[in-house]
Amino acid sequence: MADVRELHKLLMELDDQLVTCMRCGMCQAVCPLYAETGREALVARGKIALLEHLAHEMIKDAAGVQEKVETCLLCGACAANCPSGVKVLDIFLKARAVLTGYMGLPPAKKLIFRGLLVRPGLFNTILGLGAKLQGLFVKPVNEMLGSSCARFQSDVIGDRHFPALAGEPLHKLVPSLDTAKGNSGLKVGFFPGCMVDKVFPRVGKAVLKVLEHHGVGVFLPGHQACCGIPALSSGDRKSYDVLVDKNLECFAGGSFDYLVTPCATCTSTIKKFWPTFADSADQGRREALVALAAKTLDINEFLVDILKVQPSGVPGAKDMKVTVHDPCHLKKSLGVAAQPRQVVRLNPNVELVEMKDADTCCGCGGSFTLLHYDLARRIGKKKRDNIAASGAQVVATGCPACMLQITDMLSKAGDRVAVRHPVELYAETLG
Amino acid sequence: MLSDALIKKFKEIAGQANVMDDEADRHAYSYDSAVLQPVVPALVVRPESTEALGKVVKLCGENGLPVTVRGSGTNLSGGTIPDPRDGVVILTNALNRILEINEEDMYAVVEPGVVTAKFAAEAAARGLFYPPDPGSQAVSTLGGNVAENAGGLRGLKYGVTKNYVMGVNFFDTEGEKIVTGSRTVKCVTGLNLAGLMVGSEGTLGVFSEIILKLVPPPAANKAMMVLFDDVAKASETVAAIIAAKIVPCTLEFLDNFTIRTVEDFAHAGLPVEAKALLLIEVDGHPAQVADEAAQVEAICKKMGATRVQVAQSAEERNKVWEARRAALSALARVRPTTVLEDATVPRSKIPAMIKALDEIAAKYKLLIGTFGHAGDGNLHPTILTDRRDTHEFERVERAIDEIFEVALGLGGTLSGEHGIGMAKSKWLAKETSRGTILYSRRLKKALDPKDILNPGKILGEE
Ligand SMILES: Cc1cc2nc3c(=O)[nH]c(=O)nc-3n(C[C@H](O)[C@H](O)[C@H](O)COP(=O)(O)OP(=O)(O)OC[C@H]3O[C@@H](n4cnc5c(N)ncnc54)[C@H](O)[C@@H]3O)c2cc1C
Ligand code: SF4
Ligand code: SF4
Ligand code: SF4
Repeated sequence: MADVRELHKLLMELDDQLVTCMRCGMCQAVCPLYAETGREALVARGKIALLEHLAHEMIKDAAGVQEKVETCLLCGACAANCPSGVKVLDIFLKARAVLTGYMGLPPAKKLIFRGLLVRPGLFNTILGLGAKLQGLFVKPVNEMLGSSCARFQSDVIGDRHFPALAGEPLHKLVPSLDTAKGNSGLKVGFFPGCMVDKVFPRVGKAVLKVLEHHGVGVFLPGHQACCGIPALSSGDRKSYDVLVDKNLECFAGGSFDYLVTPCATCTSTIKKFWPTFADSADQGRREALVALAAKTLDINEFLVDILKVQPSGVPGAKDMKVTVHDPCHLKKSLGVAAQPRQVVRLNPNVELVEMKDADTCCGCGGSFTLLHYDLARRIGKKKRDNIAASGAQVVATGCPACMLQITDMLSKAGDRVAVRHPVELYAETLG
Repeated sequence: MLSDALIKKFKEIAGQANVMDDEADRHAYSYDSAVLQPVVPALVVRPESTEALGKVVKLCGENGLPVTVRGSGTNLSGGTIPDPRDGVVILTNALNRILEINEEDMYAVVEPGVVTAKFAAEAAARGLFYPPDPGSQAVSTLGGNVAENAGGLRGLKYGVTKNYVMGVNFFDTEGEKIVTGSRTVKCVTGLNLAGLMVGSEGTLGVFSEIILKLVPPPAANKAMMVLFDDVAKASETVAAIIAAKIVPCTLEFLDNFTIRTVEDFAHAGLPVEAKALLLIEVDGHPAQVADEAAQVEAICKKMGATRVQVAQSAEERNKVWEARRAALSALARVRPTTVLEDATVPRSKIPAMIKALDEIAAKYKLLIGTFGHAGDGNLHPTILTDRRDTHEFERVERAIDEIFEVALGLGGTLSGEHGIGMAKSKWLAKETSRGTILYSRRLKKALDPKDILNPGKILGEE
């Protein structure tokens, strides 16, 4: 363990941000964890107070503070609702880095981040092997959702119902692309993100189909790395920096007007965190990150705001009821909520039905679901109930992490509701 | 430190998971929304039933442990800062059931931890109206509202929490359940203990159930935004409206500093040159609303308003209120620390109060934005500062002293709605009398001989 004085010093550097919290408690109204547990230490106000108490040496229990700060979905609902404009997520991520630096990264995470994630080639190979072997270990449980569950209990998987790793990940199907601008006169860089690559390549294919249909050139460099959010949110700045640099290199080679992703989490990471957490680098890198962030868009946003895609006008059967879940990273972090609904409506067969609390977190929160499965499940259960009550046959959402979590929740309940990305619903209509 | 045996007893009553004794958890209950020094409790207990609540209070009583009940901890007067001597915090947020909403007789029975806005929404869904709407209603609890006698934007016409409390059940320090009030509109059975509980800030008993009055919702409403180039004209307008026997449901004031800050922040198209702004809403029967709105408009013009903007649609009405809702948010972003005061003066003294606030801001070199409930004289001078700057914060404290001095001098009161708590107890004698304090202390001593119910609040330390 590092020197405790160093810990206080580093936390004091956060003090300017911590002190902007006026303790009004308004974040209690929107925090899914507070709703579930009623615990002040788990809502933004409590976490910020604990960090401040630790910084000012009023509390000794660094491990206790770390545990509370890490029990968080990083859903950003608190920040979006904060009258004082406290940059809650920035604070939590910085604090996690400081606390992890002090307490050390747990061995399992060290293995995954430092051994695997930062080596995209190895990561792909291992998960590729996993995809081939998983049939031995998992059994299908819900063919509509394409979910499976483990044949044998393991600590990490528990009794989750998860979509299987895709037989062919996107990077196998489409290793790289560099196509010219078509009718649209536009070209985009395409960052599928790990989850689309390895679990939902069908979403990646849908994106490519839509882009091609609209005459948009695509630059898809091979060997992309993870956007870095799992490492950053675990406080592993070292692995995070390696991952961001790898991606920066990948995209440096191409020229494109926008960088699009079909993953809400990746978009918000690239757009918000890449520039914010660029301090360790030289000016050139920082400028490159800021420039890339400025170009980055969620795919739904790109289709609606930039391409101005319109419904075809062909009347459809309207025989598919679809409800939309707003991923936190899309609505709360980036303010994108109308566009995914527009994209869903591009499918003439869709009747859009709103569910209750469409914009509350599904309970996934990245690795939160791995570490706090019971809480994640309780929060997810509410989402499931709202989806079921909407009467929709399909729930559409622009975040593959949410897709995974929602699949687990629906599958457990035995629901026959399909989970799709909005772009998939649109791509279906393009023949 | 509490003994392990005692902690075990709490766990037996409330359940293992509902007793928090580790350091980090306890630190999360050391503060509330007031800008005061935190105090860490020895234990935090979260009973899930009113029976368990009573037993927890009794156990504290038997062991002489100071009890601070906490709803959402949003009070602005330090009412939920625990006692340093082995203080126990009792959370009510698991006691959040609405037990009954009676549409025929228009009342509701609730547990103390029900969130105000949720209750109001539930009543609205049944076609009824619960008017008290503190700015914190999205999170504050009804127990906290009763204990602080919270008010809101509709205070002028609809009154404050006390006007809706028909009864309160509460526990005394021996865990004995006291039943007061009734489900009937009229009830004079026994001493008016429910009245005593309103505004008691957790010092006289621990509420377990509250009976609240509900009213029919107004059928129509009309809102307007009125601009002035002079603060005095704005406050004279307030007086003129009331003098015309019109009682708007809401009559809010924003000063120039607040207008400019809101505009910088929200870009709502507010006139930054206006010296003051009134936001007025009338409600009731449609014909009466139309008539009163027209009268209010005429009065405003006559009193020298530079512009009167009447909202023509629900959307425009929402826009009118957006400016008010953004006030605190906008101010809170200017400097790290926001000290929200609530000195209240008779309506006719608002111009004098505002003038004094300007002078105080200049004298102590502080940023003060003032907004608030002009209709009931309840202003929120909001001091923007940085509590880490000790020199500046000393000036803040002196400025606050002076604000109260002026408010009392104008025949006003220390607190319109935020309570006395720890923050203002030293001032109490100044507004009331020595006798009042002694009488109150005797009362407290008789009901709570060991002084375990939120000690130090309201009446200060002896
Ligand atoms: C942004 C903001 C805006 C605000 N706007 C307003 C406003 O417009 N009007 C207004 O009046 N106030 C306002 N307040 C102050 C505050 O919200 C109110 O005082 C509110 O009533 C407190 O409710 P709470 O549930 O948070 O109670 P807490 O802060 O938890 O407790 C308040 C007091 O009630 C006591 N208490 C709580 N529950 C019980 C119980 N069951 N039995 C006995 N005692 C109990 C506590 O011991 C404490 O003394 C505002 C606060 C903020 C932060
Ligand atoms: S809403 Fe913002 S300012 Fe208020 S307590 Fe939460 S984080 Fe702090
Ligand atoms: S990020 Fe989400 S889970 Fe974490 S404190 Fe904020 S609202 Fe709660
Ligand atoms: S998984 Fe989805 S809903 Fe949950 S935190 Fe991430 S973006 Fe939000």
